Amino acid sequence: MASLVGSRVERKEDKRFLTGKGRYTSDINIANQTYAIFIRSPHARAKIKKVDISKALKSSGVVDILTGEHIAQDKIGGLIAGWAIRSEDGSEMKCPANPPLAKDSVNFVGDPIAVVFAETLDEARAAAELVKVDYKVLKAVSNLGEAMNSETIHDGIDKNLCYDWLLGDRQKVKEAFEKADKIIKLDIVNNRLIPNAMEPRACVIDYNTASEEITCYTTSQNPHLSRLIMSAFGGVAPENKLRVVAPDVGGGFGSKINLYNEEIVCSWASKKIERPIKWVAERTESFLTDTHGRDHITHAELAVTNDGKFLGFKNETIANLGAYARVFGTVTPTYLFGPCATGVYIMPAAYSNVKAVYTNTAPVDAYRGAGRPEATYTIERLVDKAAMELGMDPIEIRMKNFPTEFPFKQTLVHQIDSGDYVAGLNKAKEMADYDGFAARKKESESKGKLRGIGVTSYFEACGIAPSPVVMMLGCGVGLWESAEVRFNPTGQVTVYTGSHSHGQSHQTTFAQIAADELGVPIENIDVVHGDTDKGTFGMGTYGSRSLTVGGIAIVNACKKIVNKGKKIAAKMLEASPDEVDFKNGEFVVAKSNKKKTIGEVAFASYLPGVRDEVKSPLPEGEEPGLIESSFFDPANFSFPAGSHICEVEIDPETGHVKLDKYTAVDDFGTIVNPLIVEGQVHGGLAQGIGQALYENAQYDDSGQLITASYMDYTMPRADDLPDFNLGFTCTKATTNPLGVKGCGEAGTIAATPTVMNAVINALDGKEISLPATAEKVWKACKEMKKSNAKAA
Amino acid sequence: MKTFNYHSAKDVKEASKLASSNSAFLAGGMTTIPSMKLGLASYKDIIDIKRIKKLSGIKVSGKTVTIGATTKHSEVASSKDVKKAIPSLAALAEGIGDPQVRNRGTIGGSIANNDPAADYPSACIALNATIHTNNRSIDAEKFFRGMFETCLKSTEVIESIEFSIPQKSSYQKLPNPASRYAIVGVYVAQHKTGINVGVTGAKSCVYNDKDLAGALTKNFSSSVIDSVKISSSGMNSDIHASSDYRANMVKAFAKKAVDAC
Repeated sequence: MASLVGSRVERKEDKRFLTGKGRYTSDINIANQTYAIFIRSPHARAKIKKVDISKALKSSGVVDILTGEHIAQDKIGGLIAGWAIRSEDGSEMKCPANPPLAKDSVNFVGDPIAVVFAETLDEARAAAELVKVDYKVLKAVSNLGEAMNSETIHDGIDKNLCYDWLLGDRQKVKEAFEKADKIIKLDIVNNRLIPNAMEPRACVIDYNTASEEITCYTTSQNPHLSRLIMSAFGGVAPENKLRVVAPDVGGGFGSKINLYNEEIVCSWASKKIERPIKWVAERTESFLTDTHGRDHITHAELAVTNDGKFLGFKNETIANLGAYARVFGTVTPTYLFGPCATGVYIMPAAYSNVKAVYTNTAPVDAYRGAGRPEATYTIERLVDKAAMELGMDPIEIRMKNFPTEFPFKQTLVHQIDSGDYVAGLNKAKEMADYDGFAARKKESESKGKLRGIGVTSYFEACGIAPSPVVMMLGCGVGLWESAEVRFNPTGQVTVYTGSHSHGQSHQTTFAQIAADELGVPIENIDVVHGDTDKGTFGMGTYGSRSLTVGGIAIVNACKKIVNKGKKIAAKMLEASPDEVDFKNGEFVVAKSNKKKTIGEVAFASYLPGVRDEVKSPLPEGEEPGLIESSFFDPANFSFPAGSHICEVEIDPETGHVKLDKYTAVDDFGTIVNPLIVEGQVHGGLAQGIGQALYENAQYDDSGQLITASYMDYTMPRADDLPDFNLGFTCTKATTNPLGVKGCGEAGTIAATPTVMNAVINALDGKEISLPATAEKVWKACKEMKKSNAKAA
Repeated sequence: MKTFNYHSAKDVKEASKLASSNSAFLAGGMTTIPSMKLGLASYKDIIDIKRIKKLSGIKVSGKTVTIGATTKHSEVASSKDVKKAIPSLAALAEGIGDPQVRNRGTIGGSIANNDPAADYPSACIALNATIHTNNRSIDAEKFFRGMFETCLKSTEVIESIEFSIPQKSSYQKLPNPASRYAIVGVYVAQHKTGINVGVTGAKSCVYNDKDLAGALTKNFSSSVIDSVKISSSGMNSDIHASSDYRANMVKAFAKKAVDAC
């Protein structure tokens, strides 16, 4: 049987998704359900003086209305930060309480205050309009750059500062900078983004009055973690009385890692009102209350020699946390950002200093890439600027500073097990016809257009591990993953995974892995995920961890199945277990050439006996059944890497940037399914390009989100994108048995700096801030024309 | 959404009779329905005029193209007659919104709504359109009054829009990257009687840019546009485009339109 790992198996998911048969949370309806509408703050910062629900309670169809007062009386806990970060001075980070319903104060537009439950959605909406909230409006802190000098949002959190974190050695950096021929300096704003999953958040809650069990169907990337937090911190119900199901989920991109107010409130309320509850976010609610991404202000410097060798790097960043610190909110701008900011280069000295501050805006958390896009943008813009100031080719300066031996100890934290950065960049250069750029530039110029080329080399650290290290760094949980593999007596296999698929196609890739391990046809393998009642505990899907952590747990569980199968087969074949080989789904004894298929062994394991004879195929002491589970905790992160090159053509008359060519060469280790990986790269690139050219979440001075709909928030569209030219130079990861690395975020990480480097290259090095909108580019073109005229 | 009375009018007379200052005619509903859903608008009566057959269809005579008020954008975009008589008008319709909008939205709805960034009003200005209602015929220049404002009375029903076939014409727009409405849209049309430059998106209401039209009358070439001064005062300014950028884009897109004529 040919190996399925590495082949372009069509997605098992396609049929149901492409024919509209996906079953999402909002497709679930429970008899007698009520509909929830949340009353949200229209102010970015205010004290709540009074919430009057008396009139609304009398409105038609209203079942109940609950407020921050009620949830406080029931002592239901709030939302939490998942990582504890310590400041440079050793002090612990400062986090405000984040109750599920605000009682005393609101801190961003959309902060929920109360909830109406009614027989119909229209009745809930009508009643919600009758809830009167009396606010004392306070001055909002909406500007990140001024947040530390503004009024204090949360009592006891001076300067709105959560922490002032340092990674690296300031003294060593100082010494390195003293030796430099040149210091390259860069000030950048990493623009704020709204994840915009296609499916808005939703939850359907069913409280069973007989079993006293709450079932929460929700749009989550990690249902087990949601249950843990709701139980341990929210006190909603003990874990054994709480089932969290995340069925088909239409995209998350990090925004659905968090447990949100609505899930806690509705789970608590369903038990209180003894009715099922359905809540589905409207698109505006998604814009206002889904966690946002990025939002950094960075000053970075690179110390170089005249011949382009890097000597040192410093990174001073202010990161926006929004109003509250959420699950990955505090780690995203620290351990996921700081270490990667030195890029793929040998950097003798470096530090990253990050001040994370609160503002009266929606909470900021992980968004595809989480910290690594910000890091890569910083270093890759800086490296391009260095090349320009030194008069070097952008590829030459990168090659000059690449490590060539692996494992490579990266400056700040990571020990990178494998890679070949030189091969990746060489391949990208060739595929992009880098040498032909000058001719293409000339051709564009003959049409009155400008043309630029941009290069990025990146690495990223994903599949965060191992647990003892991440917990030492402040993580509240271990980041292992679990799997359970069950053979049915009749030979099909069900794989339970703690990972969650919301677009990643685990039903296909995980089945490919199991099929190879067990020698069972892929059609006979089902992958089950997303239900705390099915399978073991799990940590969910984010940070490109599913394959490198969850996939390996499946491999290990399959190996246990094979080991047990060998013992059973040995007895059946009258041989000793070490005489049994397992290959292509068959247990074979070489010397006798007798064999049993794994299906026969599974059957025998469940029905251990024969008619008219007392005889079991099970060896002495072996339990019946063929079910194994595994918890895998990798020895390290995985480190995908690559080089991307793109070309843009700019119309100086309008400032329009046309993305003309895009080449991505990535190292993802062993590729399980190229079809799916290419899809991941395409989607990742689209999002990274979105950040570079289109997307930009903006709040006004009073803290109102002025890009709260698709009329104003620009998403990248298919016709904005060229055909992507993809290549691979894969080196196997040494930290897991499959040799796999993460691939989900790489496109997003690399695309933003690649596009911006190209735009800035077209503008002769003129700095421009993210995103490169037509007006900004047009202005830059005008200034360029002026200065060129002067020079002439 | 608040409750309202829904009427399906069988003819224009009935539609007009049902109308009041607290009603809205419903054709494609591309603006009316979202506005109602968002609570930005509410009406006592919604009068559906989609079933009135007479209001839909395209007629080309020697000198004009007449399009019924409830004719969908997709119908205009794909009409062989329109493509032949005024190709720029079919191209404009092809560039409105997205396929869903084009398959529901209507020309009458677009001009009655008079969104400052809508495409069709610029065509009405450039193509010397006459707007025929159930009781009068109105010149386009008089029809559009201001932001979301026309000279229509609440009981008045647009029946059709009659465009003059120009000698040559082109519509070029800079779409808002998010909504794809026009940040600036410039419709240049040369008629025997003179040149019009209908500009949408730039100001609070569509207008005929007389300066550009004047310059083009002297010399119909994009190079003369550089010498025309366009002030940014009165131009819209928002997160997508400043007034200065818009003023410059009126020129840039006028040039593109002239070159494409």
